[in-house]
Amino acid sequence: MIDQDSKVLLEVRGLRATVNGIEILKGIDLAVSSGEIHAIMGPNGSGKSTFAKVLAGHPAYQVTDGTVFFEGRNLLELAPEARARLGVFLGFQYPIEIPGVANSQFLRLAYNTVQTERGKDELDPLEFDDFVREKMKLLEMNPDFLDRSVNEGFSGGEKKRNEILQMALLEPKIGILDETDSGLDIDALRIVASGVNRLASKDNAIVLITHYQRLLNYITPDYVHVMDAGRIIRTGGKELALELETRGYDWVSAEYKQTATRATA
Amino acid sequence: MNTATSNGTLESLLRGQPALPASPLAWLNRLRAEAVDRAGALTVPSTRDEDWRFTDISPLTKMPFHPVSSPSPLDAGEIAGLALPEAGARLVFVDGVYAPHLSYNEAGIVVENLAAGSSRHGTAIEPHLGRHAGFGDNIFAALNTAFLRDGALIVVPCSVSVAAPVHLLFIATQPEAVSYPRCLVVAESGSTVTVVEDFVALQDAAYFTNAVSEIALADSASVRHVRVQRDSSAAFHIANCAVSLACASRYQAVSIALGARISRHNLNVLQASKGAECVIDGLALITGHQLADTHSLVDHAQPHGVSRQSHKCIVDGAAHAVFNGKIMVRPGAQRTDSSQSSRNLLLTGKARIDTKPQLEIFADDVKCAHGATVGQLDDEEVFYLRSRGLSDAAARNLLTYAFGAEIIDRIPVATLRQRLEQIVLAQTHR
Ligand SMILES: Nc1ncnc2c1ncn2[C@@H]1O[C@H](COP(=O)(O)OP(=O)(O)O)[C@@H](O)[C@H]1O
Ligand SMILES: [Mg+2]
Repeated sequence: MIDQDSKVLLEVRGLRATVNGIEILKGIDLAVSSGEIHAIMGPNGSGKSTFAKVLAGHPAYQVTDGTVFFEGRNLLELAPEARARLGVFLGFQYPIEIPGVANSQFLRLAYNTVQTERGKDELDPLEFDDFVREKMKLLEMNPDFLDRSVNEGFSGGEKKRNEILQMALLEPKIGILDETDSGLDIDALRIVASGVNRLASKDNAIVLITHYQRLLNYITPDYVHVMDAGRIIRTGGKELALELETRGYDWVSAEYKQTATRATA
Repeated sequence: MNTATSNGTLESLLRGQPALPASPLAWLNRLRAEAVDRAGALTVPSTRDEDWRFTDISPLTKMPFHPVSSPSPLDAGEIAGLALPEAGARLVFVDGVYAPHLSYNEAGIVVENLAAGSSRHGTAIEPHLGRHAGFGDNIFAALNTAFLRDGALIVVPCSVSVAAPVHLLFIATQPEAVSYPRCLVVAESGSTVTVVEDFVALQDAAYFTNAVSEIALADSASVRHVRVQRDSSAAFHIANCAVSLACASRYQAVSIALGARISRHNLNVLQASKGAECVIDGLALITGHQLADTHSLVDHAQPHGVSRQSHKCIVDGAAHAVFNGKIMVRPGAQRTDSSQSSRNLLLTGKARIDTKPQLEIFADDVKCAHGATVGQLDDEEVFYLRSRGLSDAAARNLLTYAFGAEIIDRIPVATLRQRLEQIVLAQTHR
């Protein structure tokens, strides 16, 4: 929802980043305000996940240029955990399996860490158990997933639900959801989408990374951005997603190249 | 064994020992005399011996150890924190000396100190004591047997199942003390028992524990064996454990090594009859300049045997872990099904692991799987946890803990498991 009283949460300017010396992000500009839902679309390999991981502070990626501010703070100088505690959440495209760590233990640790940061009380294991079970109901998740190791042996869809569960527990100010829709059947998609819709409020923002329009039938974006070769090459409203669905990405690249050529000419 | 090394200290140890009072059992006197002879003939191994290549015990031979004649007078209150409420029987040895006032037996089976029990249960003991832990080429087993005066004796009669664990608690209290813990478990046919061997220190002293355990399982017997070595970080701990499995018997062991400056655990499991099964798991968690060495041998001597082994080491600081896991499948031991995994976590650049699976297979219809991995914590796992707000240190601690907890979780005694989880949690917490 685009709102007059909203404030800018995330501001990215001219962001460039490399991995193993190869430049992947080639100058990204993006501003996200509270209350908004953004979708970032684009072909495989265009740099969407890289962008998300750079925002979350993945140490494998080096930022070579540009700035990222979150509520006025320079995000790039903060460790990943500091970003998380400020309210930046990344829903992983490929959630990591952690054998030997019980999901309940992991969720409680994460929850309590962020609560402490916000000056709130921690929950003991029993209190947390009640709390998390309520949240799981909303996502129609089987409580058995609490006793299993984090993501270990979860199906693709179960992993994605576990990501949304984490977002529901941590209540971030910005949730960046990387391909949360991939691997979900239609029922799971509906459940996850309604979970996301319930979490979206006028005080937070959601960035959905996807390359299907499918998810956007359930979650209506305020802005749709197209990413290609490490840049955002077009921004539009939700109708842009429908156009991409029928026409593909090539025409956007072609038009972008023309404009770029004209600009340099 | 190499004869070039002088073992002055241990020789003097052997000679300086006051002569043991003769036992009324002639065979026991013979056994001890034989062991004295062997101990005198053998020398302390050096790193030139293949079996001790990575484990330099020369610091041990430079220390003046002596047996304790008057043990510290401990009372039950002082060791309350070491008690296992689940235990149906407990034998306590303080610096190697049996402490009857700290021991009890409500298990309904023979749980006694050997000195008292050996004449009463002589016929049950004779076929086993000193018969499984060979000392022909093992100086430490020879020394232990030469000094065999007391120890723990557990006899589980035919078809008796004891649910409550038996707790054998070996407490070290004095510096420069040498002790020779000895343990004999005889599980008669169809019986079931859980035995916990627990080596603890009440102070951070340099002492020497030289332990021998023998466990004999008759047909269809089942023994669960937990061994916890949490000696002082200045101590030396050498242990030989020999297990003999009769037809369709089942042995499950979990060994945890946390303490000692230098520790060596030899675990030999002989599948002496067909259809035996063993599950042996181990965890070494060490730091500083500790060295923990585990040498295991699973000897599939008869057909249809099953063995499962999972050994893990978490090595921090400049510590050094050694694992040598030998699986022997003898001719005729067809349909053997064996697997072994050695997984190791090095937490610093100075930490070191030498791991070696050793398969010797002389039968053709067998299934033997083995694997070894050595690694650091996974960066993606660390990042995932940090992205949820955990600090870098908290993320690493949690992952390290989880690696070790997999083995600790297999301990069948809840109090002990929880206590060890706390210790590991504290130790993996920087
Ligand atoms: N760790 C890495 N090492 C090397 N190349 C990488 C790494 N991560 C991403 N890339 C490359 O960066 C490009 C963008 O990848 P990614 O951000 O995953 O794209 P998307 O999410 O849009 O599919 C791809 O060409 C990919 O191969
Ligand atoms: Mg991607």
